[in-house]
Amino acid sequence: MSARFKQLSGHTLFWPLLTLALLLVANGIFNPGFLALQWREGHLYGNLIDIVNRAAPLILVSIGMTLVIAVRGLDISVGAVLAISATVAAWMIGGALVVDHGVTTAVTRLPMPVAIAGALGVALACGLWNGLLVVRAGMQPIIATLILMVAGRGLAQLIGGGQILTIYYPPYFYLGNGFLLGLPFTLFVVAAIYALTHVALNRTALGLFIRAIGVNPVASRVAGIRARLITIGLYMFCALMAGVAGLIVSSNVKSADANNAGQLLELDAILAVTLGGTLLTGGRFSLAGSVVGALIIQTLTSTIYSVGIPPQVNMVVKAMLVFAVMLLQSAEFRTTVRGWLVRTERRA
Amino acid sequence: MSDTAILQASGIGKRYAGVAALHDVQLTLRAGEVHALMGQNGAGKSTLIKVLTGVVAPDDGTIALVGEPIAPRSPADAQRLGISTVYQEVNLCPNLSVAENICAGRFARRRWTRTIHWSRVHEEAAAIMRRLDLDIDVTRSLSSYPVAIQQMVAIARAVSVSARVLILDEPTSSLDEDEVRQLFAVMRTLREQGMAILFVTHFLDQVYAICDRITVLRNGGFVGEYRTSELPQAALISAMVGREFALTGTDRQAVPTGEAAPLLTAQGLGRRGGVWPTDLQIRRGEVLGLGGLLGSGRTELARLLFGLDPADAGVIAIDGDERRWRAPAEAIAHGIALCPEERKTEGIVAELSVRENIVLALQARLGLRRYLSRAQQNEIAQRFVELLGIKTASIETPVGLLSGGNQQKVVLARWLVTEPRLLMLDEPTRGIDIAAKQEIMSEILKLARQGMAVLFISAEIDELVRVCDRIAVMRERRKAGELVGGSSEHAVLDLIAGTA
Amino acid sequence: MSAPLPLTAPAPRPTMPRWRALLLFDSKYTPLAITIALFVSMTVAGGIVYDGLLQPQIFLNLFVDNAFLLIVAVGMTFVILTGGIDLSVGSVIALTTVVSAVLVEHHGWNPWLVMPLMLLMGAAFGGAMGLLIQRFRLQPFVVTLGGMFLARGISFLISVDSISITNPVYMSIAEARLSLGGGCSLSVGALLSIGVLLAGIWLAHATAFGRSIYALGGSEASARLMGLPVAATQIGVYALSGACSALAGIVYTFYMLSGYSLHAQGLELDAIAAVVVGGTLLTGGSGYLVGTLFGVLILGLIQTIITIDGTLSSWWTKIVIGGLLFLFCLLQRLFAGLRRTRV
Repeated sequence: MSARFKQLSGHTLFWPLLTLALLLVANGIFNPGFLALQWREGHLYGNLIDIVNRAAPLILVSIGMTLVIAVRGLDISVGAVLAISATVAAWMIGGALVVDHGVTTAVTRLPMPVAIAGALGVALACGLWNGLLVVRAGMQPIIATLILMVAGRGLAQLIGGGQILTIYYPPYFYLGNGFLLGLPFTLFVVAAIYALTHVALNRTALGLFIRAIGVNPVASRVAGIRARLITIGLYMFCALMAGVAGLIVSSNVKSADANNAGQLLELDAILAVTLGGTLLTGGRFSLAGSVVGALIIQTLTSTIYSVGIPPQVNMVVKAMLVFAVMLLQSAEFRTTVRGWLVRTERRA
Repeated sequence: MSDTAILQASGIGKRYAGVAALHDVQLTLRAGEVHALMGQNGAGKSTLIKVLTGVVAPDDGTIALVGEPIAPRSPADAQRLGISTVYQEVNLCPNLSVAENICAGRFARRRWTRTIHWSRVHEEAAAIMRRLDLDIDVTRSLSSYPVAIQQMVAIARAVSVSARVLILDEPTSSLDEDEVRQLFAVMRTLREQGMAILFVTHFLDQVYAICDRITVLRNGGFVGEYRTSELPQAALISAMVGREFALTGTDRQAVPTGEAAPLLTAQGLGRRGGVWPTDLQIRRGEVLGLGGLLGSGRTELARLLFGLDPADAGVIAIDGDERRWRAPAEAIAHGIALCPEERKTEGIVAELSVRENIVLALQARLGLRRYLSRAQQNEIAQRFVELLGIKTASIETPVGLLSGGNQQKVVLARWLVTEPRLLMLDEPTRGIDIAAKQEIMSEILKLARQGMAVLFISAEIDELVRVCDRIAVMRERRKAGELVGGSSEHAVLDLIAGTA
Repeated sequence: MSAPLPLTAPAPRPTMPRWRALLLFDSKYTPLAITIALFVSMTVAGGIVYDGLLQPQIFLNLFVDNAFLLIVAVGMTFVILTGGIDLSVGSVIALTTVVSAVLVEHHGWNPWLVMPLMLLMGAAFGGAMGLLIQRFRLQPFVVTLGGMFLARGISFLISVDSISITNPVYMSIAEARLSLGGGCSLSVGALLSIGVLLAGIWLAHATAFGRSIYALGGSEASARLMGLPVAATQIGVYALSGACSALAGIVYTFYMLSGYSLHAQGLELDAIAAVVVGGTLLTGGSGYLVGTLFGVLILGLIQTIITIDGTLSSWWTKIVIGGLLFLFCLLQRLFAGLRRTRV
C-alpha cells in the first residue's frame, strides 16, 4: 500500500491532478450544482465546460511556455504578443457595419483567412525576434523577452491607434464563442494543438532533443543536435501559441484592447508550468502537467466567483500557490521539513 | 626543515553510500615543508582534502592542529583554525579589485564612521603581495590580471589570514612553465617562513622540483610517507599504481599509409584568437597524433575541423570536395566525430540515461522524423555497453551516476554508433584510471585497423609516439611540424618546445 | 610516462602597450560613459528641437516627477548587483499608499508614526522574500513574482477604491518646495530621492555590506569561501529593496495624495529598464548607482519630450524604452564578448 502510494505520488502528474481534484470536490461540496452538466439547445453547458473554455488561452500559452522553459528559456513577452496578435487581427478584419438597402452587413477590411494568417505571422515574427536575441545575441532569456514585453504593448497600441478596436464581422466570433458537436469550438482548438504537440514530442526525436538541450546545451550541440535552430523554433512556437490565444480572446470579446489584453498572462503561464511539475532550470518538463496547471488556475478563479468570495482574494491565493509550489519543489525545503519531523518524533 | 608536526591526521575514514572513499589514512604536515599528496584518480586525494578543510566530516579518525584536536565544519571554519586552501579554479571574485579580494571580510575601518579605510586597505594588500615578492597594482580589478597572478592573489589571501597550513589543490594545471616557476618561488618563500604546505599535483617533475616529502594514497588507503630524496620516480609510480609499472612497447606497427587517398584536407584553416592558418591532411585508416602544450592550439584546431567554432580562413575538403561547416551537425553528416576534452560540460548529458546518451549523435544525424524505435535504441545501447565494457547498473541509469572512465566510454560509444570515417579524440584518457585508459586506446586502435581515420590529441608524448602513424605538433597556435610515428620522444619534445 | 613534462605553453609575458592598459582600465566604466553620453546627447538634441526643454525647472522636474522611480531603482540596482531581481516593487508601492491612506484617513493615526511603520513593513516584506530565496535556494524571479501578487492582492483586499488623502501633514509635505532661486524648486520627494541615491552610493562603496553585495554578484561560491556573510547580505539586499519600495510608496502618496491598489502598475519594468540602461550587468557584480541615476533621467527625458511635443502618442514611450533596452543589452553582450577574447 505504502509502496504503491510512493510510486503513485512519485509521478509528475500526481500532485497537480490531486490539487485540481481537491479544488473541484471542494466546489462540489460548497455548491452542489457546480459539477453538473446540462444539455441545452444542442450545447453542453456547465461550470466544468466553462472552466476549460475560459482557460483555453492560458492552456495554449502554457504549452508554448513549457517547451521554452524546457530548454532553459523563459518568455515573458507572451502577454504583449497576445495583444499584438489580437490587435493585428482586429485591425485587418476591422471594417465597419454598412447599411445597404436597410440591411446591415459587416464588411471586412481584408478577408478573414488573411487576417488570421497575418496575426499568426506577426506572432511568429515576434517569436523569431525573441529566439534570435537569445540564441544569436546570447542574451539571458528574461532580458531578451523583457524587451518585447515592454515595447510590444507600445507596438500594439501603435497598430490600434491607441483605441480599443471593435470587431463587427460575425463569422470571426465563431472562433471564441462557437460550438461544434455541442462543445465550445475552443476546446477543439486546444485539443488539436495539444495532440499535435504531443505527437511531435513523442513520435519524433524532438522530445529527446529538447531534454538533451535542457540538461546540457553545449554537449547537445557537440553531439550534432541543431540546438540553436530548435531553440529558435521553440520561441517561435511559444509566440505562435500566444498568437492563437490572441485570436481566441479577441474573438471572444469581439474587440482588441492593446493595453489590457493578456495583462499578466506571462505570470499565469509561468505559474501554470511550475504547478505542472516542470523545472524552471530546464531538462524536465511535462506538457500534460502544464495543462493541468492552467486548469487549476482557472478553477481557482471560477471557485472564488462561485463561492462568493470577493474576487480580490484571487491574487492573494495565487501568491500563496506560487510560494507553496516553489517550496515543494525545493530540495532544501524538503530536507528542512524532514529535519523538523524527525526532531518532533524524537521528542514525542 | 624542522620535525614539528603542525597538522596530524590519523585513522581517517570516510564512506559514501556504504562505499569506502577513505580508509585508515594518515597524514603529517611539518612546519616549513612542502608535502606532496599523490595518487591516481579515485585514490582519495580530493576526499582527504575535503575532510581537512571541513567540506565533509570524517566517519573515523582524528585531526590535530599543533596537538589540539580539531573538527572543522566548513572551509571558513577551517580557515579560522589556520588551514587555508587554494583550488585549481581560482575562488575569488573577478569583478573586485586585488586589494578587496585579499582583504574582504576584514577591511580596515575608519575610527568613527566605521566605513572602509581604502588607503589603508590598499597599503595592507600591497604589503601582503610584497611578502610574496610580487609588486602589482592592487587597485585594479582581479579579472584584468592573468590566471597565474590571480592564483598568487588567492595564495596571498590564504596566507594573510594567519594560516599555518596551506593546501594547494592542483594549482599548476592552468599555468605555463614560467608561471609555475613564479609559483614555486612563492612556495619557497612561504616554506622559509615556516608554513606547512600540502601540494596536490599530477605532474611528477614538479613533485621532485619542490617537495620535501610525499604521501601516497591508493584506492582510498594509505600506502606510505616517503622522503622525496629517497624515493625514485619509478618507485613512486609503482606505489601509486600498485604494480610494477612497465612501459608497454609499441602496440602498433607503423603501416605505410602514405599511398592511401586523403580523407580530409585542411588548407590554411584558421580563426582569429584560435589558430593561425594551418594545413593538415588525414588519410583513411591513419592514426594522426596532434601534440603540443596546453593552449598551443590543438583543441582549437579540432574545434574548427568539427565546425564547433566557425573558421574565418581556409577551406576543408572531404574526399576532395570543399566544405564549410556552419554547425557540428554538418561535419557529422560527413562522417566526422569529436570526443571533446571537457567531458562533463561538452560530452555527457548527465540527466539522460546511458541509452539516450549513446543514441544521441546517431539520432541527431537521422534528424527529427526518423526516430529510432525503443527496441532499436535498446539494441544499440546494449551492444555498445557490452563492446566497450561500460560498467552500469542498466542502460536506463542516468549517465551522470557513472564513474569518469565509464562516462568517457559512453561518449566514445555515442560516436562509434555513427560509424564515423574520422574520429577526433581530444585528450580521451585525461582524468580516468590506467585500466580504462588501456581499454579505450586498444578499442580505438582496433577501429583504425578497420579503416577509420583517427585524430588523436594528447599531451603525453610517450602515448603519441607509441600509438600514432604520424604526429603533427602545434606550437603557439601554429603547426610547428610533422613527424612519422615511432620517432624518438626527443624529436617530438624539440618540436613542442621549439628547440629543434 | 618516462618523461613527465610541464604540459603548458610558454605564453609571452603580458607586456601591453600603454594605450591598451588605459583602454583596459576604462572598460569597467565604458557602459557608464555610454549612458551619460546618451543622456547628454539626448538633452542637447531635444533642446535644439524643443525650445522649452532646456529650462532649468523642466530639468528639475525630471527629479520631481521621477522621485519614486529613482528610489525604487536604487534598491533594484543593489538586488541586480547580487545577480537577483525584484518584481514586487510596484506592488509594494501600491500597498504602501493604500495602508498609509487607510491608517491616516480612516483610523486617524499620526502620519509621523505611519511613515516609519511603512518603511519597516517594506523591509520586512522584502526580507521575507530574501529569506525564501536564500534559505530554500528559490529563484528570485518567481519568489518576487509571488511577492508581487501578494502585495497587490493585499492592497485590493484592504480597499478596491482609491482613497484620497486630506491629512494636513501629507498635504503640506506635498506642497512644500525647496526654492533654488530663479523660480526653480525641488519637491520633498525629489530631495528624498537624491538623499537615497547619495546614501546608496555611500553604502555601495564605503561599507563592508556594499562590498559584499559586489562580491556576491561576482561569484557566490567565492564569496562564501572568503567567509563573507553571504546569507545576511542576500537577505539584506531584498530587505533594502523592500524598504526603498516603501519609501517610494510614501513619496508616491505625497505625489498623488491618494492610496490606490492600482498605483504604480508595471513600475518594476521601468525600474529594471532604468538599471539596465544605467549600465548595470543583469548577471550581477558590475554596475554603478550613478549609472542608475542617468538611466532614470533618460527614461524621464523620453517622457518629457513626448509631453512637450504634444503630437507624439504615449505609446512611443514604451517603444523607445524597449529600443533602448535592446541597445544596451546588445552593448553588454558585446563588452562581455570582447573581455572573453582578451583573456
